[in-house]
Amino acid sequence: MQTMTNKATVTLPSDEQILITREFDSPKHLVYRAWTTPELVKQWWSGRRGTVTSAEIDLRVGGAWRYVMLASGGHEVAFHGEYREIVPDERIVNTEVYETPEATDDDAAVNTVTFTEHDGRTTLTILTELPSKEIRDLIIDSGMEGGMQEGMDLLEQVAISLR
Amino acid sequence: MTHAYIGIYGAGVARAATTADAFNAVAEPRRRQILDVLAGGERPVNELVARLGLTQPQVSKHLRVLREVGAVEVRDEGRRRLYRLNGHALKPIHDWVKGYEHSWSERFERLDVVLADLKTQEEGHADHDEQGDRDAAQR
Repeated sequence: MQTMTNKATVTLPSDEQILITREFDSPKHLVYRAWTTPELVKQWWSGRRGTVTSAEIDLRVGGAWRYVMLASGGHEVAFHGEYREIVPDERIVNTEVYETPEATDDDAAVNTVTFTEHDGRTTLTILTELPSKEIRDLIIDSGMEGGMQEGMDLLEQVAISLR
Repeated sequence: MTHAYIGIYGAGVARAATTADAFNAVAEPRRRQILDVLAGGERPVNELVARLGLTQPQVSKHLRVLREVGAVEVRDEGRRRLYRLNGHALKPIHDWVKGYEHSWSERFERLDVVLADLKTQEEGHADHDEQGDRDAAQR
């Protein structure tokens, strides 16, 4: 039974990395299943931002994945990549490209997802490593111009100065 | 699956293309160093020069960029120019990270629901299995 809401934490270990950590009140084989089964991915991956209209998962090394989301605003966004490493219930390494007219597979980020179980609960970590080219794309995509880790490091200082 | 959402979720804080903003200001390692030093409190410019091992003109150039985005403020005290950190100017960075975190939290909340279903199903199967075992034992 889900009795508490766990918070996702985002940290920026280096300028080109984003690390997301979240704990789930479920054993890791279930978290892994929800992460890698298309019908299940469709149920959660879009968050509150829209609906997943397509989730293709060829879960083997060298296999491809592609997700399409119909965002609430009415536009479609798609992502795809390739699996590089698969350790069932433990770890997945995959590439990821946000599909835009300009994007090529050279722009792929590499995600390392780990599932660690402790007392029936699972800690999920997603480490995203961006090629430097992506950093540049981020400028366009999000207004982020690098310096992310430092942005995070500065957060505490910001918090202090806002007191 | 992950970073791409910076694109979508980051749109909320998208801004006009300009170099004069907090993100750009902290993208330069030396400027981050300056901010780190100033996080410890107000400092005169000559101390920043000494701490960073740069020339005064180099430090002044970085300080100018930081001042333009409001990340540092300056005041004169006698013959000294004192610089201090202004955290408010860095809030866009804070907001961006928080927005990203929030987006993932929403996604994970839905994943929680999926997982709760899976657990229920699994427990259901286990019950069936036990019932099956009992039935088999009785036969």
